[in-house]
Amino acid sequence: MNTVYLDNNATTMVAPEVFEAMRPYFVERYGNPSSMHSFGGKLASQVAVGREQLASLLGASLSEIVFTSGGTESDSTAIWSALSTMPERREIVTTRVEHPAVLNLCKHLARFKGYTVRWLSVDKEGLLDLDEVREKVTDNTAIVSVMWANNETGVIFPIAEIAEIAAEHGALMHTDAVQVIGKIPVDLSETQINFLSLSGHKLHGPKGIGALYVKKGTRFAPFIIGGHQESDRRGGTENVPGIVGLGEAARLAGLHIREENERVKRMRDRLEKGLLDRIPMARRNGHKDHRLPNTLNIGFEFVEGEAILMRMDDKGICASSGSACTSGSLEPSHVLRAMGVPFTCVHGSIRFSLSRYNTDEEIDYVLEELPGIIQFLREMSPFGREYLNAACKAQ
Amino acid sequence: MWEYSDKLKEHFFHPRNVGEIENYDAVGEVGSLACGDALKLYLKIDPETEVISDARFQTFGCGSAIASSSALTEMIKGKTIEEALKITNKDIAEYLGGLPEQKMHCSVMGRDAFHAAVACYRGQPAPRELIEGNLVCECFGVTDEQIRKEVRENNLTTVEQVTNFTKAGGGCGLCHERIEELIAEVRGELKEIQKKAAAPKPMTNIRKIAKVQEVIEKEIRPTLQQDGGDLELVDVDGNRVFIALRGLCTSCPSAGLTKSGIESKLRELVHPDLVVEEVSA
Repeated sequence: MNTVYLDNNATTMVAPEVFEAMRPYFVERYGNPSSMHSFGGKLASQVAVGREQLASLLGASLSEIVFTSGGTESDSTAIWSALSTMPERREIVTTRVEHPAVLNLCKHLARFKGYTVRWLSVDKEGLLDLDEVREKVTDNTAIVSVMWANNETGVIFPIAEIAEIAAEHGALMHTDAVQVIGKIPVDLSETQINFLSLSGHKLHGPKGIGALYVKKGTRFAPFIIGGHQESDRRGGTENVPGIVGLGEAARLAGLHIREENERVKRMRDRLEKGLLDRIPMARRNGHKDHRLPNTLNIGFEFVEGEAILMRMDDKGICASSGSACTSGSLEPSHVLRAMGVPFTCVHGSIRFSLSRYNTDEEIDYVLEELPGIIQFLREMSPFGREYLNAACKAQ
Repeated sequence: MWEYSDKLKEHFFHPRNVGEIENYDAVGEVGSLACGDALKLYLKIDPETEVISDARFQTFGCGSAIASSSALTEMIKGKTIEEALKITNKDIAEYLGGLPEQKMHCSVMGRDAFHAAVACYRGQPAPRELIEGNLVCECFGVTDEQIRKEVRENNLTTVEQVTNFTKAGGGCGLCHERIEELIAEVRGELKEIQKKAAAPKPMTNIRKIAKVQEVIEKEIRPTLQQDGGDLELVDVDGNRVFIALRGLCTSCPSAGLTKSGIESKLRELVHPDLVVEEVSA
């Protein structure tokens, strides 16, 4: 059985070109770029290439890129840096729908470090209200941290505008952009964004490497203190194969970004329409247009997400769910709850996230298999009979 | 990904006895859409022998909820009501080759649905613990009676376990203190604490730490300081109190005695289960 991988917001396949680019840096060219000897020292130029490739994708300059271990480290670095360089400011503004890397850090800062966190809400379609941002960002705000796009629904936030608001109050702006880089074009040269986090494995690069963009002129305090690597901004021997891989992944992402927004988006739209046409009592979670081209979140009423995923898994289809049962917690997705998704369908919400490696045949296969799975589980469910019968008659 | 047994997966992919019974003699319903799982159990019962001749279910829920429902129906069919009432949630879990700890509430749901169906058959409104008692967990609608019952029957000792078995405390977390109290109460610790420490209530961690600090500051350190010694409270983890001895205490040959003295003082004044451990800091 082939695997149909529609969980690319969780992680992606390493592109074969990326793997090939990394290969020499394990056994043959394993040196340390900080060494005096040329065997290690000449690797510094490879690190520079990676930095250049990534900077070029972001519209950033070389000195603005700090390599890290991934998205979570980048998020922590940015937020802690802002708080320690602006000790007189005691407030953080963020959203209720952040990834745990930001969400739980903010909760921690509120609970144990005495910061006030002002939470931005989202509407039914998962959108932020700029007026609420204007109201909550004040001259006491140290940092505004808003994800560029939501990992569960794909909803994109107006980061450039939010960064303007932050700048008006002298607050720093951070965005967790791990879901965005490589999916939609980004140009940081003209924005007021101070910090941007990204992660290699979300754009067909390897796991364990990421980067933090730090805008020129932004005061910075390192999070990991050690050697002089990354211009004293992040201690630790450079992850040379990772940096080479992330650089190559960034280069490829630049080449494929049109395909992402055309072919991948078409497949996503076909999957969305196909599922909503074939399955009654299903709804899309998240705004139709302000959304990443690869992400689709659908709530199937009266069935539970883990059961859907298990039956999909049995057919070789990989996706994920905002259901409580899959997460190990008992509460369903904080994102869908913040959006006010009705409880009849929050437990049965499934996220499909595509990549350029998916094919039309795979979408056909999912459209063929999923309606039967939902129907099987609904027939077993004690709920929704009257609605479903009515929906069937209406068709 | 959960570690599900093959037996569980088999019952999930091929559930037995799904559906309704048209002329059922009893029906039991537990859970809700909002809570993320629900089970409706239909029974056909021989009025003479009280043998369960047929059992069918409808379940909304995760893999283990569906498998637990399927297992329950297989286990009760052919048994008399009295025999079937002896089936515990543990029996359901064992029948499935075990359940992940966090999924034990699925087996509890199975047993509860059966008890609700029996109550229905006997013309009682619902099993006592489902209707009596005070609401403890507002997120999942769990009462103190239900929590007491699971603590007793499954020998639960922590809030986390209570959450795994009943879902109580799995939402906002505001009821964790009350759940700790219920655990302590059921485990008979309440009386002991009242007797020994004259404390009005069993303690939450925060209260315990505060009390330990207070006793060390007011009762223990002044005594030690008279002898040229001192001690520092390093940490409190559950019932373990970590201290570091200072000054003359560090070289005192009877430091062991000092430690046990501190322990008995803390046990007397704070909590009988405290254990003092010395760390070098």
